[in-house]
Amino acid sequence: MFSTRAGTTIERPGVLVGCDIHPVFNVVESIDVFGERYLARVFTPAERAASGEAPERLAARYAAKESVLKLLKIPADVAVPWTDIEVGADPNGAPTVALHGRAAEIAADLGVTTIELTLSHDGGMAMAVVAAMVEARESAIAA
Amino acid sequence: MSAVDTVRRVLDTHGKLKTPAGALTEDDDLYAAGMTSHASVNVMLAVEDAFDIEFPDELLTKTTFCSIRSISSAVEGLLEAAA
Repeated sequence: MFSTRAGTTIERPGVLVGCDIHPVFNVVESIDVFGERYLARVFTPAERAASGEAPERLAARYAAKESVLKLLKIPADVAVPWTDIEVGADPNGAPTVALHGRAAEIAADLGVTTIELTLSHDGGMAMAVVAAMVEARESAIAA
Repeated sequence: MSAVDTVRRVLDTHGKLKTPAGALTEDDDLYAAGMTSHASVNVMLAVEDAFDIEFPDELLTKTTFCSIRSISSAVEGLLEAAA
């Protein structure tokens, strides 16, 4: 960020990142105990369909949601339902992120233009890494 | 059994705490005590089962699940609203 002679600040374009790792067993356990209620509260219908509800693929999607929450630096008192962050796929099968509701509003406020996502799972663990481009913005300096 | 006692029982079963919930004060930070974000999902669902309530989206914050007192207060608010 730097100041201009016109009394405004310009936020430089930049990158935000987030990552998360998640045990697949935790998802298996939650499905065993809470079943449909767990699945419906955490995952969108599209995510459930695309993953085939395979625990390792759901765990990777959960890690993606946590990664995005970290990337957006969500304050502790702000509510973002897990389904506001939706993992999809592009025509080549590469994972994508779509934001809805409050998550989309927060991303817009931050100037996020695009979010890239990569997922992996092996050895009982699933992980996700997200990176977001943030556009340059100009705003008035507070008196 | 009070709301606080029920929340402690739920935390012992689903919270993945490093310390038994009975050894925590009502204001101790549950995340510092070992509860993960994913465990808080299970805690939320188990609390819903225990009290026959449903947490609305606006209560799905880290703050709501950060302590025994904050969870119990949220439960009591939902029970009062439903009465």
